[in-house]
Amino acid sequence: MTYSLKINGQARTVNVPPDTPLLWVLRDHLDLVGTKYGCGMGLCGACTIHINGVPMRSCQMPVGTAVGMQITTIEGLSAECSHPVQQAWIEEDVAQCGYCQSGQIMTAAALLKSNPKPSDEDITNAMAGNLCRCATYQRIRQGIHRAADLAAGKAVAS
Amino acid sequence: MSTQIAPPMDRRAFFKISGLAGGGLLLGTCLSFTDESDAAAPVEKGLGGGASLNAFVRIAPDGRIYIAAHTPECGQGVRTSMPMLVAEELDVDWRQVTVELVPLDAVYGAQFAGGSTTTPRCYTPLRQVGATARLMLVAAAAKRWSVPEAECRTETAKVVHPASKRTLGYGELAAEAAKLPVPDAKSVALKDPRDFKVIGRRISGVDNPALVSGKALFGIDQKLPGMLYAVFEKCPVFGGKVVSANLDTVKSLPGVRDAFVVEGTPNLTGLMPGVAIVADSTWAAFSARRQLKVTWDEGPHANDSWSGFLAKAAELGPQPGKQSLRKDGDVAAQLAAATRKVEAVYTYPFISHANLEPQNCTAWFRDGIMEMWAPSQRPGGGPDLINEVLGIAKDKVKVNITRMGGGFGRRLSSDFMVEAAAIAQRVPAPVKLTWSREDDLRHDHYRPGGVHFLKGAVDGAGAIAAWHNHFVTFGNRGRPGSGGSLSADEFPARFLPHYQSEMSVIDCGIPMGPWRAPGSCVFAWVIQSFIDELAAAGGRDPLELRLALLGDKTMVTTPGERPNGYDAARMRAVVKLVAEKSGWGQALPKGRGRGIAFHFSHRGYFANVAEVTVSKEGVLKVDRVVVVGDVGSQIVNPSGADNQVEGSIIDGLSAAYQELDLDRGRIVQSNFHEYPLLRITEAPKVETHYLLTNNPPTGLGEPALPPLAPAVCNAVFAACGKRIRTLPLSKNDLRWT
Ligand code: FES
Ligand code: FES
Repeated sequence: MTYSLKINGQARTVNVPPDTPLLWVLRDHLDLVGTKYGCGMGLCGACTIHINGVPMRSCQMPVGTAVGMQITTIEGLSAECSHPVQQAWIEEDVAQCGYCQSGQIMTAAALLKSNPKPSDEDITNAMAGNLCRCATYQRIRQGIHRAADLAAGKAVAS
Repeated sequence: MSTQIAPPMDRRAFFKISGLAGGGLLLGTCLSFTDESDAAAPVEKGLGGGASLNAFVRIAPDGRIYIAAHTPECGQGVRTSMPMLVAEELDVDWRQVTVELVPLDAVYGAQFAGGSTTTPRCYTPLRQVGATARLMLVAAAAKRWSVPEAECRTETAKVVHPASKRTLGYGELAAEAAKLPVPDAKSVALKDPRDFKVIGRRISGVDNPALVSGKALFGIDQKLPGMLYAVFEKCPVFGGKVVSANLDTVKSLPGVRDAFVVEGTPNLTGLMPGVAIVADSTWAAFSARRQLKVTWDEGPHANDSWSGFLAKAAELGPQPGKQSLRKDGDVAAQLAAATRKVEAVYTYPFISHANLEPQNCTAWFRDGIMEMWAPSQRPGGGPDLINEVLGIAKDKVKVNITRMGGGFGRRLSSDFMVEAAAIAQRVPAPVKLTWSREDDLRHDHYRPGGVHFLKGAVDGAGAIAAWHNHFVTFGNRGRPGSGGSLSADEFPARFLPHYQSEMSVIDCGIPMGPWRAPGSCVFAWVIQSFIDELAAAGGRDPLELRLALLGDKTMVTTPGERPNGYDAARMRAVVKLVAEKSGWGQALPKGRGRGIAFHFSHRGYFANVAEVTVSKEGVLKVDRVVVVGDVGSQIVNPSGADNQVEGSIIDGLSAAYQELDLDRGRIVQSNFHEYPLLRITEAPKVETHYLLTNNPPTGLGEPALPPLAPAVCNAVFAACGKRIRTLPLSKNDLRWT
């Protein structure tokens, strides 16, 4: 079946079976491989994208459910890594292997949009669905605090 | 600073391969253009162009410095820390550096990520690589100016002649420098660490900009023109073989290009037999697989179970061990005479590596060449196994090394590479093999479980008088699995006059492989927990008894065949510092406790103190972990180093909650709902301190992990009086009143 999707501000058309999860449409058909496969069951968060600004598990979304929605992937989060979360992730050197980090960043970006100055507890609650096998949790927390400061225009000590 | 893939190079034309003496790292320090004509070799026209001073360093006319990252990256930070070593001695600003990713090539020596060996293996040779290149640039400038080299010095990518106030940038000198003889790496002077400008700085990982913007970096991200997508179904019972499969049905499914049986070999960590499905997309392959029906010959292990193994261990434990590992003094007599004795059985399960990026590999077989894109910690293992199983000559296997979504030892195995090659051999297109999460959990090369039957005695003063361990481990064909073998020198051997260890192997069909700090990751839990039990039995403080056990010894070695030095002085120092940093001895209310543990592994001396809260309902929370490590005189990149330590600590805690069950020869757990990894909600605060000592710098991928589980369990005992002798932690009732 043919589906017209709005991804990162662009219209894209794919021809795939209706049960294809958006995750695999992105990765195999649209070459947007920043969104990762970790479990295929909604358990790890590696496949997190934004649907109309809300973080969702793309492995759990049959492609048809995304038609008409604004889909944002890590590749479309900003031009040139300029999003405060991306900047903070580079400055704090959050990643170890990095495999989970697209999903972490998408979840963190959505958190900051609804809560520009999250507490430690807010961060814990928001990030609980994103696994990091390398256990970068301490840096993720620091990264989100730094991103909040960057977004607020505060000078951040490096 | 940025990263890129190195341009294709015709090394035949311009590299002379040369090794450092002493069987050390084979490095390109003696590599250079061989004659004038080579100056126009392809590398000159490569990305950024420039002249190669050796296999690692290339400098473009505009002054851009290209440094090769030759070690596979699985999150341990070597794509950053190793080029930092070269940049330091080359005397360049890190911002001028572009790190290049290079394929598997003998010119780089060992391209291997395991055993926390990269730092100790490369620390000096890579500095020599930078230093010799720097000297060649100095020589080129001196020649151009007709001045003695000794009158020149370097200053951030420039050669300077102070007497005449002349300066030339490296970019202007590189082409000439590349033609000069390469100085002897051994005789070249290295910087005084006090003058370091790059080493020791917190430097963000070179791949970070690409990572945070979702660029294709990982094995699973590879895409080639006309590529097909494969899945591979193996027998749920290890070593089982295919009898028949409904291949015709599967081949008729939408998007499926082919389906076939792969014979495989009996090697449990080699090419397992199975059925391959090749399709137009990953989802088409996954979907078709749901229709696949295979009749298996499940082989001899179809009735194995974890509960059966435990029953067998319980039977073996009280008997003499099948193999004696060490016998010092007279343990039996000490135990018989002792008034205070402790007997304990420590049990831990098999666990998985659970890399977040499932195993995968891309392969393209054409014109007799097998080209691979492999997320491998040991890419050289692929050609070896492929040669052995598929008969393709090793030099016909070309391996491109991709970033890995986690290693932890899993990707030291090459099973996913040989599977991809076996499939690619039969497909007239490039093909990417992707394992499902379920494949990954059910076909790992697991960390072996184990059962330790311990007996200890304490004397009238509360000192440890005797120690006996009968370790019941798991193996294949009578030999313990990887990480399932207790060393005769394992602590506290050599520190107690009466010490005995024995081992018995339960044969099983489970493939086993190295799991982060193999052996140590579980032995430390057993040993450091039992020391705590003996401290309690003897009425001694756990810290004080540990220091007494370490005694006043310095280097403890075993004469003869096992020169495994254990520097007790280094260990005492980290133990004392961790006690100080953690506030050891300060009172805590009931329900809260502090536990201490230390372990030496992978050349690193580590001690951890965990602080925990156990609620009356028995809910355990690890609040804080203080870590002190001695990994020598220098931390190369403190940012990456802290990441390794924090990751190791939380990984150690996560692992203490994990278990795999085996039933009818099959791994029961399938995905993260049954095999949970630690989440941010349970991650403790980690405080890391390094004790710098006058010793060669060593690695951090592993040694911080082993003391974590015992520190936590000892803290639980301090908090509520419950002794944990079984992992996972969830098997223990921690309720208290
Ligand atoms: S892949 Fe979607 S949540 Fe794990
Ligand atoms: S950085 Fe490796 S899984 Fe998160």
